[in-house]
Amino acid sequence: MSQKLLEVEGLTTGFRTQAGQVVPVLRNVSLEMQRGETLGLVGESGCGKTTFGMTLLGHLRPGGQVIAGSVRFEGVDLFGLAPDELANIRGQRVAVIPQSASSALTPTMRVGEQIAEVLTLHLGLAGTELQERVLELLTQVHLPKVDELVRRFPHELSGGQLQRVAIAMGLAGKPELLVLDEPTTGLDVTTQAHILDLLREIQESTGTAMLYISHDMGAIARVCDRLAVMYAGEIVEDGGIAEVFADPVHPYTRGLLGSVPRLSYAGLPRAMAGRPPAPGEDSVGCAFVPRCAFADETCKTIDPALEPTSRAGTLPHLVQCHHWQRVVASGHSGQMRDLKVGIDQGVQPEPLLDLAEVDITYAKRGLAALVARWRGEPEPPMTVSSFTIRIHRGETLALVGESGSGKSTIARAIAGLLPPREGRIDFGGQDLASVVESRPAEMHRKIQIIFQNPDASLNPRHTVKQILDAPLRLYFDMDQKGRLDRSGALLEEVRLTPRYLERHPGQMSGGEKQRVAVARAFAAEPDLVLCDEVTSALDVSVQAAVLELLAGLQADRGAAYLFISHDLAVVRAIADRVAVLYQGRICEVGPVADIYAPPYHPYTETLLAAAPDPAPGARAQLLAKDVQEAEPPVRGCCFQRRCPRRIGSICDDETPPSQFAAAGHVIRCHIPLEELRESQVDLISPSSVATHGVAVDAQ
Amino acid sequence: MSVVPTRLAQSLGWFAQVWRSLRRSRQGTIGLVIVIVHMFIAVASPYIVPYAHHDIDGKNRLAAPSADHPFGTDSFGRDLFTRVLLGGRAAIGVALLAAAIAVLWGGLLGILLAFIGGRVDEVVMRLVDALLAIPGLLVVLLIVVALGTGFSVLILTLGYAYGVSTVRVARGAALSFVASDFITAARARGERKTNIVLRELIPNLLDVLLVEYVMRASWALTAISSLSYLGFGIAPPTPDWGRMVFENQVMLAVSPWGTLFPVFALASLIIGINLAGDALSKAIGLDRSQEAPT
Ligand SMILES: Nc1ncnc2c1ncn2[C@@H]1O[C@H](COP(=O)(O)OP(=O)(O)OP(=O)(O)O)[C@@H](O)[C@H]1O
Ligand code: SF4
Ligand code: SF4
Ligand SMILES: [Mg+2]
Repeated sequence: MSQKLLEVEGLTTGFRTQAGQVVPVLRNVSLEMQRGETLGLVGESGCGKTTFGMTLLGHLRPGGQVIAGSVRFEGVDLFGLAPDELANIRGQRVAVIPQSASSALTPTMRVGEQIAEVLTLHLGLAGTELQERVLELLTQVHLPKVDELVRRFPHELSGGQLQRVAIAMGLAGKPELLVLDEPTTGLDVTTQAHILDLLREIQESTGTAMLYISHDMGAIARVCDRLAVMYAGEIVEDGGIAEVFADPVHPYTRGLLGSVPRLSYAGLPRAMAGRPPAPGEDSVGCAFVPRCAFADETCKTIDPALEPTSRAGTLPHLVQCHHWQRVVASGHSGQMRDLKVGIDQGVQPEPLLDLAEVDITYAKRGLAALVARWRGEPEPPMTVSSFTIRIHRGETLALVGESGSGKSTIARAIAGLLPPREGRIDFGGQDLASVVESRPAEMHRKIQIIFQNPDASLNPRHTVKQILDAPLRLYFDMDQKGRLDRSGALLEEVRLTPRYLERHPGQMSGGEKQRVAVARAFAAEPDLVLCDEVTSALDVSVQAAVLELLAGLQADRGAAYLFISHDLAVVRAIADRVAVLYQGRICEVGPVADIYAPPYHPYTETLLAAAPDPAPGARAQLLAKDVQEAEPPVRGCCFQRRCPRRIGSICDDETPPSQFAAAGHVIRCHIPLEELRESQVDLISPSSVATHGVAVDAQ
Repeated sequence: MSVVPTRLAQSLGWFAQVWRSLRRSRQGTIGLVIVIVHMFIAVASPYIVPYAHHDIDGKNRLAAPSADHPFGTDSFGRDLFTRVLLGGRAAIGVALLAAAIAVLWGGLLGILLAFIGGRVDEVVMRLVDALLAIPGLLVVLLIVVALGTGFSVLILTLGYAYGVSTVRVARGAALSFVASDFITAARARGERKTNIVLRELIPNLLDVLLVEYVMRASWALTAISSLSYLGFGIAPPTPDWGRMVFENQVMLAVSPWGTLFPVFALASLIIGINLAGDALSKAIGLDRSQEAPT
């Protein structure tokens, strides 16, 4: 038996267009995997990662076809197999874990039954043996109270638990190769850290080989031994993870790594110009030419081949570039740039928006509430409670916290979409505790929102011209011609061209759409822009470009941002001040430099520990359990149920005091500051990664 | 102003897109051709028919097709070719207008209910559900019996009856957009409610409403022909397919032509509309399988 588990040779796949042309998606991909190897596959969206992953199961999308090459699993060509032979391999010897666990699970079936089904199908298990194996698998992925859990339906589990069940299902057939397609995307950092830890552990205990597809460099660095980089359907670099991270040789790999924001560096990541070609768009020569600083005539005419670099390393290091030696000689591309805007530290900042003791709830009012009170039901705790913060003119205040912590809720209250139940929102003397329809027109103009997903926030039936015209028509007294000129100028400001005016959102890439959304917000010449997870639906490279754009616009226009994000590295890059939110309550607030250095609030510490900078072998520290809480506690500290440093019943009963760690830096915790400072280590300096931690059993 | 031309260009672009996707399906193309032929005949028939619809050829009663009378004649000796060509005009006209009225008021109400939501939506939808529980054709029959069979009565009652079910369809389609971020963005921007409905919401519902219109028109055509057959629809002397079937069916054994040709005309048109409608809804990604005629 050959040692190699998987051999992909010269694989070219494509699909037929309506015009009858065959458009290649994967182009001449050659790659081998050994038993027990963990290979990470990165690349921007649309580069063919998922298509490649699926070919390892002998699967092509409808309309897809293999044009050349082969995929051999233990010497057997998967695309030469009969359907029933392929079915024997799929799910059993090669299994896939998809991005969204919920799509892999049947909503109407208990999770135990679903795993049992896989076991019966592939291993023919039955009876008590089957039941035992189900429990064993669920225990292996560290799910709690498995006897009870098997009877639950998927919707009764949290996102992290669902992903664990999906992993258990993938492991059910004892596969030799596991294909993971973005298995942690969309999960909270803490949950993600637990899942990554679990994958590493499974790999060590079972020796299953893994292909880990992701655009998240940090996740890949934590799980994989080897890294392959895909661009325009080709592998452009392939090597040991430590070597590639330390000294990437392909300009694309350098660009990708450079666009990842780092916790350990306060500055904006470097954006990569351009975007990958769509399938069928490419011409002769190297596909990276339009985005490459090293491109020359050779690159434009001759397609480079994947060849060894003959550099020392544990694994062969391959690269597909004519000039990789020149790239290496040019030195490590400076990863970060010091473009830090925002408020000038010297000047006394001028307050813009004040939220004082704001309470917000989604609970019904009116008749339903009266009935509930009459029945003696306790009122549910507020989604956001006693929220007090000030935003200054021209500054960026970041709001961080896990999903469900109420970040968007606060933005909605400021925008007047969900008026607060209690408290004051004061905007330069104007009271804003009112619904948007009853606010004066000038207030509409001064506060703008940019949403997470431009696919949803731009009307698909409108052209860019109509989209940009809306705020101009509403807020300014301009004629048609003036508005059109202004729209064109706005597009220039967000690095698009007036040619985009006639396009519909469906004709643009994700990054371009988000730029249009940014342009629409800035068309109003706002004082405050509410940015709700504006980069989290984007590729790292596009994220870097949008962050740069936002920072640049702020420098020019002096608008303040309320920047909502769950990504602490992004926040570090763009924020002046940070507020950390848990269950709608502020845990810690302060200038960005203070937030990222001890003393930390135990929740901030948990978040920072869970998402270390991307570095090979970096291990997250799992300080708290990855449970999703449905409701904030009624009394005491909001973090009491998950806090790794909990000191006793005082945390359950008494609201923690606000302790001032420095000017403007407040930590709300019962533990005295000195104690926190002494017991905590700096979590963001590179040296501290993977050194210390109080691991808590995953739940 | 240049607003009008650009708007026009956009809607033309949209229609062109729908047209192209229709043409891509074989069934859609066949349906479309049938419908176009029918519409042409409906418009042009007064100029091309060889006789007037009431002309009587006393010597040729219940005649089989011949050179003089390509479809034969009925029991009065009237030319069936003439009457079949003219017989769709009234019914098609009523059906098109009735469907337009139905989609206009039903669509608008449905969209508004989705947008307003809350108590108003709840109450009105209860009422709509109650009305939907009564078979539509029964309501139409009752009203027509009570008010007589003028064209305007027919159009209005059918327009009302089909509008009720359009409310449900339009509301359902609008609901999926009402909560979307671009509507929220428009609200936050301070856009007036009428503007949100007209500029943001309705453009996204045009395709649903178009399919709705085509299907309602097909059902209205069936309904109007049934009514005419029963004697409550288009009244003589206006020639009408449904009525012709009724008038000629007694002679079916003697001369089948007076029944066969109108049935073929009606059936082909309805099949044509349905083929086109199905292709249309498939082209714009709707599943009509759950909808049922009322
Ligand atoms: N329309 C709603 N009705 C009831 N509860 C809601 C509604 N919208 C949000 N919530 C609840 O309010 C809490 C805060 O939600 P919010 O969307 O503000 O969180 P978030 O921090 O923005 O999360 P994410 O990072 O996932 O976007 C959550 O518990 C959520 O379930
Ligand atoms: S081959 Fe040329 S264009 Fe392609 S990555 Fe290398 S230097 Fe850049
Ligand atoms: S108050 Fe108690 S529970 Fe809350 S963060 Fe401090 S130690 Fe943890
Ligand atoms: Mg949110």
